[in-house]
Amino acid sequence: MAAYIAKRLIAAIPVLLGLSLIVFLIMAMIPGDPATAILGSYATPENVARLNRSLGLDKPLPQQYVIWLGNLLQGDFGRSYALNRPVLDEILERFSATLILAGTSLVLCSVFGLLAGIVSAVRQFGWVDRIVTFFVLIGISIPSFFLGLLFILFFAVQLRVLPASGMYAIYGGGDLPDLLRHLVLPATTLAVVATGVVARLTRTAMLEVLRQDYIRTARAKGLSERKVIYRHALKAAMVSIVPVIGLQAGFVLGGAVYIETVFQWPGIGAMLVKAISTRDILLVQGGVLFVAAAYVFVNLIADVIQAMLDPRLKA
Amino acid sequence: MSTPVVQAASEQERGGRRPTAWRLLMNNRLAAAGFFVLATIIVVALLAPILPLHDPNVTSPADRLLPVFSEGHPLGTDHLGRDVLARLVWGTRVSLVVGVSAALLAAFTGSLIGLVAGYMGGRADNLMMRGIDMLMAFPYILLALAIVAVLGPGLLNALYAIAVVNIPFFARNVRGITLGLSHREFVDAARLSGKSHLSIVLTEILPNVLPVIVITMSTTVGWMILETAGLSFLGLGAQPPQADLGSMLGQGRSLLFTAPMISVIPGVMVFLIVMSINLFGDGIRDVLDPRLRAGTLSRPMAVTRLDRKEVPELDETARRSALAVRELETGFEGVDGIEMAVKRVSFTLRTGECLGLVGESGSGKSVTALSLLRLVASPPGTITGGAVAIGGRDVFALPEAEIASLRGGKMAYIFQDPLTTLHPLFTIGEQIAEAVRAHQPVSRRKAHEKAVELLRSVRIPDPEQRAKSYPHQLSGGQRQRVGIAMALANDPDIIVADEPTTALDVTVQAEILQLLQVLRRERGLALLFITHDFGVVAEICDRVAVMRHGEIVEEGETRDVLGSPRHPYTRRLIACVPRPGQGSAFLDAIRAMPAETEGAGIA
Repeated sequence: MAAYIAKRLIAAIPVLLGLSLIVFLIMAMIPGDPATAILGSYATPENVARLNRSLGLDKPLPQQYVIWLGNLLQGDFGRSYALNRPVLDEILERFSATLILAGTSLVLCSVFGLLAGIVSAVRQFGWVDRIVTFFVLIGISIPSFFLGLLFILFFAVQLRVLPASGMYAIYGGGDLPDLLRHLVLPATTLAVVATGVVARLTRTAMLEVLRQDYIRTARAKGLSERKVIYRHALKAAMVSIVPVIGLQAGFVLGGAVYIETVFQWPGIGAMLVKAISTRDILLVQGGVLFVAAAYVFVNLIADVIQAMLDPRLKA
Repeated sequence: MSTPVVQAASEQERGGRRPTAWRLLMNNRLAAAGFFVLATIIVVALLAPILPLHDPNVTSPADRLLPVFSEGHPLGTDHLGRDVLARLVWGTRVSLVVGVSAALLAAFTGSLIGLVAGYMGGRADNLMMRGIDMLMAFPYILLALAIVAVLGPGLLNALYAIAVVNIPFFARNVRGITLGLSHREFVDAARLSGKSHLSIVLTEILPNVLPVIVITMSTTVGWMILETAGLSFLGLGAQPPQADLGSMLGQGRSLLFTAPMISVIPGVMVFLIVMSINLFGDGIRDVLDPRLRAGTLSRPMAVTRLDRKEVPELDETARRSALAVRELETGFEGVDGIEMAVKRVSFTLRTGECLGLVGESGSGKSVTALSLLRLVASPPGTITGGAVAIGGRDVFALPEAEIASLRGGKMAYIFQDPLTTLHPLFTIGEQIAEAVRAHQPVSRRKAHEKAVELLRSVRIPDPEQRAKSYPHQLSGGQRQRVGIAMALANDPDIIVADEPTTALDVTVQAEILQLLQVLRRERGLALLFITHDFGVVAEICDRVAVMRHGEIVEEGETRDVLGSPRHPYTRRLIACVPRPGQGSAFLDAIRAMPAETEGAGIA
């Protein structure tokens, strides 16, 4: 197993390099003078020249990339001129908030998506299956930012049971129950689409597996239907479900952009939106890279879990 | 995804099939509903300039924030007094145009990359696909955000960004199909005829790839409309005074507490559009790729469906024998009623006896074997008549739980091809121990010891170590031994062996047969041996029953049947066993046999 993990870690390196290259190339597409774009149109010519030098923008593109990458590896993501602080500090501060939100959503979508999908497959064409299919269809069609607004209207305005925005109450909050109360609505909203996707896939994967010969063998052994479904079928289905849950990490990390804006959650997503409107290019660059790297890491974990489930993959 | 799609495509190309595909699509009620909602929305959006609507951009401070159903403003007005209905229709128009344009752009670019990569193959393919993989390594929306960050907020930039992040889906799907097609005979033929690469791609490959592009488009266009609306919602897409559904929703958000309808209305519209596209898209996918149709993937139940019109009386012999089958009828439900696979089959297996059930594939012998303990996959399988007696009791009259206790208990199965019949993700030790624990109240450790014991009894070397192996780590012969060990786990009286040696090479086959013989003698097992090979029958079976087209055509002592077969079909089957030294005369002998006349004899 350790050898397999090491192999996957090494394989992640070119992916991370590729990510950085794409982000670098996108940033190189900035029309006009990047330093002006970064500093804003009110920047003094001296500042522009200084930034051009420190970013190495007077050098050829490949060399710029190497310099930029070298800085990244030393933890130098540049400086946010709008916030007047190092990009990395801002990102690290906000990343934990995003991690709490996206992590909770990922757990929610895995648990409920799996449950719904299994029940739906086991009771295929029954009324539970129909209800699940109906909600899955709504779940994957409703824009999360709209659903967030509906939740606020209903739970915060009508029922007044949950807070509409923020991560902690402004006065007297700050403890775990307070955080959880603030987390319920955004995490649920963010999980809805992913839950639908996981449920749909789980249903299909379970139905596919239940038709396999080894399921017939399990039945021929005299196992109870419960064991056949929850031990034999589910384990085999998980092999194809786990990577999809890994992909949902991408959806919740990306979808956090909307949800953090709707619920004013102080995470990286809300930061990115603000940074784009203030043209804080280096902050955008750092934030995107950071979240993308986190996504690669989650997928790596999904790969490892998959290999733990399926011994054939370790070879 | 390759062949059926391609076939569907070529059939459509020939024309004439279109109405059928369309009718199929409309037969799917949900897809039809999706289509009509979508069509209505599109028509209204297209007609926006000639509909009697207010000017969406004319402000009227006196009429600000009128509620829904106001005079002259059926959906009310917004904070600047603009008519919400007019803004909704015009906003829908913008959202649709942007979403569809993004989809077309992504489809064109992605398909182009996919076609080129798939057709060229080799290093170019590798390079392009690594790039596509990199794009897919980003969380979807973040890449779009990065692009908008560089290009600056604006509807057109949002469109580009969303198109770019969707390119990989098209590139991957198209490349996969193209790669398969570029080595097919008709493409080689076109190449040899001197066609240029461009014309091969355009006239030979593109038409076959088109359905994949359509499917991918139908599954992504909804997202693209949703995501462009999302960017506008964040203020990064449409900029005032231009408005799409997303920006209407975004602006309405500041009035959420005072005038919620202003944001709810465009939100509902986005939802309707996306849902109708999803429904319609699922329908399209089902028609173009029938294998994915939800109905075809149905879950086999724990026991085969039972629908006996009448229950045959069990005779004295049936009640005394180990296993007796009387008038068994099993069929498969299809579109036009039930297709019978087993027709009124009866036979008896005495204690300690070996009965061979012989026939070619499709003769119904495996379905017969699986019917005994209601193991035929159902749906579509159904047992429509007959009785099976094990130890004198009618199995089909027993409740499910008792059938489960017979399975692997009193009667056990050995299947063909243990690579697919053993669970790939459990060690063989676990799988055998599980069979033990299904019928005996023993501890996990005890069951494991028993499993090792069983592995030893089927002559697997070093059973303690092998028990920890997974099926894929064993050879075919060893896997079959594991299957036998599993069948022996609870000392059954009867074993049903369904072509247990067919997937093995000849020497291993002989070893397995010998093992079965030894075990049978040691344990006094009754063995129902299913095979197509009379050579195997001659070796181990006391009696033999020959099956053809779901019926038993001849039954008797092995020696008698082999010595003087009465049915012509039996003669042909026996002739199929080559004897050493016979040479090519063997084939001539089979060819010389009457093929059609015998059919008349049966009917």
